[in-house]
Amino acid sequence: MEMFKFTRASDVPQAVQLGARSTTAQQGAEVRFVAGGTTLLDLMKLDVERPTQVVDINRLPLDKVERLPDGGLKIGALVRNADLAHHPLVKSEYAVLSQALLSGASAQLRNMATTGGNLLQRTRCMYFRNDAMPCNKREPGTGCSAIEGDNRTLAILGASKDCIATNPSDMNVALTALEAVIHIQGAKGERDVRISEFFLVPGSTPHRETVLEPGDLITYVTLPAPKAGSKQVYLKLRDRASYEFALASAAIVAEVSNGKFSYVRVALGGVGTKPWRSLEAEKALIGQPVAETSFRKSAEAALHGAHPQSENGFKIELAKRCITHALTLATQTT
Amino acid sequence: MSDDTNKRDDELKDSSGSRVSRRSFLSRLGATGVAVTAAPFAAAAQTPIAEPQGVTEAAEKIEGAIPVSLKINGKAYELTLDPRTTLLDALRESITLTGTKKGCDHGQCGACTVHVDGRRVNSCLTLAAMHEGDEITTIEGLGQPGNLHPMQAAFVEHDGYQCGYCTSGQIMSAVALLKEPCGPADSDVKELMSGNICRCGAYPNIVAAIQQVRQQA
Repeated sequence: MEMFKFTRASDVPQAVQLGARSTTAQQGAEVRFVAGGTTLLDLMKLDVERPTQVVDINRLPLDKVERLPDGGLKIGALVRNADLAHHPLVKSEYAVLSQALLSGASAQLRNMATTGGNLLQRTRCMYFRNDAMPCNKREPGTGCSAIEGDNRTLAILGASKDCIATNPSDMNVALTALEAVIHIQGAKGERDVRISEFFLVPGSTPHRETVLEPGDLITYVTLPAPKAGSKQVYLKLRDRASYEFALASAAIVAEVSNGKFSYVRVALGGVGTKPWRSLEAEKALIGQPVAETSFRKSAEAALHGAHPQSENGFKIELAKRCITHALTLATQTT
Repeated sequence: MSDDTNKRDDELKDSSGSRVSRRSFLSRLGATGVAVTAAPFAAAAQTPIAEPQGVTEAAEKIEGAIPVSLKINGKAYELTLDPRTTLLDALRESITLTGTKKGCDHGQCGACTVHVDGRRVNSCLTLAAMHEGDEITTIEGLGQPGNLHPMQAAFVEHDGYQCGYCTSGQIMSAVALLKEPCGPADSDVKELMSGNICRCGAYPNIVAAIQQVRQQA
């Protein structure tokens, strides 16, 4: 691990000011905020992250979950994954988020990891994590080792010729289906970014993963008011039953009226270079009857644009079955 | 605390005939190599384990070292640490509370599990400097020989280990689990203990020990 200066931020403006000294908020950032530390410390030990200044933001007053006047939910960036998953309002009204959080990592990591940090969780691509290997995400221009390498767990949606790394988060998939908004305090003031616009696909700049700029600090996340009686499911398929990243996952938020889908959101994890909202799957379901033929058509539409690598072709069928089964489970629940 | 640990270690006699524990023997052996390689972290390990105040002196020589106050098992410690020091390394190397184990050092195995304000965390993935003011509890703060925590006693009774390396992490995790939302079934316990790996495969006995304590509670 490289040496760094450790600073404890006493308030949000100070954190922003310190962060703004970095030349980038993306890969290669000289200044990093640390909250749970579960991604950052891991990558610093691997020399993938080499900040010269680490700013501890754990004392900032961003650890509350609050009901908004419009019925929505405001989640502080420092709310721990375990606390969010077990929050009564999240369990009762945003079950897909609770389920997604509890399917991720281990109990210890969920006690540490935060909402803001999980949004910025980095890929598990083994070439990104190994600084002896070429990786365009870690070192732009060096090439992608995964395309001709071990890519069984990597992306089939949203990849480019420069990067096929998967976004590993479960929480982000649920937040995508819930159409979360990310609130950011930056050097130029506050701004709100819809989650659909927060993550970037790799294209030719895989080292840029989000819209964050130097100094930007995620302060909280808001969710719109819950759909009354909406059916929500997070289904995660993986190599072992617990403590493993998704090979394919699906977050469903749906409303059914007279036996037909009147509202539906479908987001996928484990298969995309970012948390993957499938407008195609949603379009195929809306107005259609709650029936397996509808589910399967939706799944086919979601994976229509999938592009497999040498070892992960199985993910196309796996993701289709994941969507189909998740829709089945969602529409069985009351 | 660490004295008790040392007593349980196999005791050996050194060339002068004085008794040395396995840990202090390894510590002295390690100190020789450390002086040669002079890695930044290793500075703290140069000092024999019996002289913790010397650790601080050594650390002060590290450029960029910072003062860190920690409260561990109810006792306050004033340390001077390289800012890179994880909570795990501070516990083991600076304070010589070696009951907490380093396994993977990447949050994947759970051997380093301790409690911060009563919640279980991986001490390898958090910096010591992030924990000023927090109440930290390690396996040494849980129970002692002759006065075991019920979970420690249950692990002994059910033989919840073979080599024992993961055991302190398993027990710290299991004790925290008692206060967490957890269903009644063995499968619920397995899910919530999935962050603690046991390569000896003592899982059935670990689950049995935890379930016994839960039923007694």
